[in-house]
Amino acid sequence: MTFDFTSRARLWLFIVLGIVAVGIVSLAVRGLNFGIDFTGGTKLLLNLPGGYSVAQVRAVLGRVEAEDASGRKVTLENSYIQEVVGEGNEVVIRTIPLSEDEREALLKAIAAEWPEFSEADVLNVENVGPVVGGELIRNALLALLLASVALIIYVSFRFQFKFAVTALLVLLFDTFVVVTVCSLYQIEINSPFVAVILTVVGYSINDTIVIFDRIRENLKYNPSVKVLDQTVNQSINQSLVRTINTSLTTLLVVTTLLFFGGETITPFVLPLFVGVICGTFSSIFMAGPLWYLWSSHGGRVHT
Amino acid sequence: MIQWTKLLTTILVMTVILAVAALSVPAIIDKINLGIDLRGGVYVLLEAQPREGGAGAGEPEEEPAGWWQRVRDWFDGLFGRRSEGGGAISAEDMEATIAVLNKRVNNLGLTEPIIQREGERRIRIELASDPNNPDQNERSILELIGKTALLEFRNSEGKTVLTGANLKNAQAAYQPDELGRNAPVVALEFDKEGAEIFAELTASHLGKAIPIYLDGEQISAPQVRNIITDGKAVITGVGTIQEAAELAGLLRSGALPLELRQLEVRSVGPTLGTDSLTRSLWAGLIGMGLVMLFMIGFYRLPGLVASFAMVAYVVMVLGAMVGLNAVLTLPGIAGFILTIGMAVDANVIIFERMKEELMLGKTPRASVISGFHKSFSSIFDSNITTLIAAGILFRFGTGPVRGFAVTLSIGIIVSMFTALVVTRIMLFNLVNSNVIKRNWLLGVNKR
Repeated sequence: MTFDFTSRARLWLFIVLGIVAVGIVSLAVRGLNFGIDFTGGTKLLLNLPGGYSVAQVRAVLGRVEAEDASGRKVTLENSYIQEVVGEGNEVVIRTIPLSEDEREALLKAIAAEWPEFSEADVLNVENVGPVVGGELIRNALLALLLASVALIIYVSFRFQFKFAVTALLVLLFDTFVVVTVCSLYQIEINSPFVAVILTVVGYSINDTIVIFDRIRENLKYNPSVKVLDQTVNQSINQSLVRTINTSLTTLLVVTTLLFFGGETITPFVLPLFVGVICGTFSSIFMAGPLWYLWSSHGGRVHT
Repeated sequence: MIQWTKLLTTILVMTVILAVAALSVPAIIDKINLGIDLRGGVYVLLEAQPREGGAGAGEPEEEPAGWWQRVRDWFDGLFGRRSEGGGAISAEDMEATIAVLNKRVNNLGLTEPIIQREGERRIRIELASDPNNPDQNERSILELIGKTALLEFRNSEGKTVLTGANLKNAQAAYQPDELGRNAPVVALEFDKEGAEIFAELTASHLGKAIPIYLDGEQISAPQVRNIITDGKAVITGVGTIQEAAELAGLLRSGALPLELRQLEVRSVGPTLGTDSLTRSLWAGLIGMGLVMLFMIGFYRLPGLVASFAMVAYVVMVLGAMVGLNAVLTLPGIAGFILTIGMAVDANVIIFERMKEELMLGKTPRASVISGFHKSFSSIFDSNITTLIAAGILFRFGTGPVRGFAVTLSIGIIVSMFTALVVTRIMLFNLVNSNVIKRNWLLGVNKR
């Protein structure tokens, strides 16, 4: 059983462009839900003994004042409040960056509303200044840029330039899809997200190169452009079980993390899940066919 | 005929893997450095700022702008930013600041704090929570950095004559006050140079007051009754004996040469950290079990071999992380668990190739050999490409990106080793022992 991937190469390309268009629209309309790692702010994970309602928490926050970036006194009423699903009475509160005194004041106000509230109920406090986040994403982008250049050089050297550029396009597409999904579902983006993107990059390169390696091998026996579609198809089909099995084993682990890993790593694992699936599809439908579209002119393919 | 020595070699390798795993994993888990997010504790990122007209006016760090710095500046330009201004900070001042912080930590009796310089002007402090030391919390770190502890003796014109830099010792003590009650004081002892200056100061101020300032605030202004030549002085009016002891400790550690601003504070409750750790450990074990089941179900005997190689992989990666003193964080664990799924990839490539060869009608032995041979370039190139990317992320990334790059690189190198060496030894011996009579055992259903 063999599948024909190359005859519809243009169709796959259109689908890819369609997905990119959806991504651009989503990013323009909904944007990304940046967490405090990027925007700066204070995030508290509190246990409120005896239970709470979001409105009740909001009312308490309304009684606390803090200084905003421009130095004005504002109440914390407009903070982000999220109920934590599961046992216990945990709540996540995300505010503008608070000083220690302001944090103390907030905790005092909470203790006034929930008398049993003690220091042990402060499960997690994070306070990030606005400077760090911008730097993190900037450094990651720069590192990604350099990695792309190195990738092109290495693959051009070991394979050929067209393989290199195609691999890079596939990689950029995969990361873009992950970003798009985060935008569509408004998944909170914090610094581990940088690691997610990098994992997807690694996974995508790996998947694409394995297929290109097979094309390279088959081209040795048959370098004619007349049968290039057959050669590419044969290569994708020969690698198909491997591509699917590798993504299955990876997805098995990612799914276990999703179910058993707990709340803290869900925002990390969910985009990964998407990235692995997308990486699999793009290496099958995008890498080979795209390279084929580009290379199917001329008489002979040089490797 | 069955070659028993070959078969026994395979079984021996498998036993060794299991034995090493059973013996080393508890020790490794005990030794591995857990990040604050897994053990609970406080993490603070500080940025140093030169003190206005203050002590920190050393020579600025003169590093020639390397190509990387220039690329970064250019990139910053694209984002419409410029390097942070606010005056230069010398490397010496940074080192001195860290030294002072370290001394203060010892005075406060905190356990195992990590105080490290990050980049040009940042300092990272990590303090793990300790059930035996309830003081080990956010507040104690803030105490650590909150005060400058700049001690100044000024003359009658208000000029600073002597500072805490000339202190040899500071101790909390009791001394009778004017009414004869025992009051807490801080007893100071100056070094030789300080003693001389102090002697001159007291000589020129006989009968007058010498105001003592701490962090720019006057804390007392004792009257000079006689010339003091032994370099000893006391500060009165310091509150309770505990406050006196704290102040003495701060003074002993010296003044912070730089002002520290908090950029980031994170604290994780100890229960949340342990909870995350147990959960992700379980997720890792379950995930590993599922991958093993899948591999054995799909590839049969080679799948079993790959499962043993996977155990070897986990032990070696954890061992390498301990050896490199890498810090394991929650995203790190998730990344590591993920590489377990990806590590079998090399095995999958080899086994698929073996099946192809079998279907072409080759013998099991020939198929295994050419399966390994033909998949080498694929495994090599795909892993090297990923490794290059990881290397660049390590060289040029910061913080979490770097830690991630380390985990990824270790994972890639070890997985290549386990697939190309460990799996190979087991599988070659198995196939050479002539126990594999049917292709079914190698994952092929057709004859």
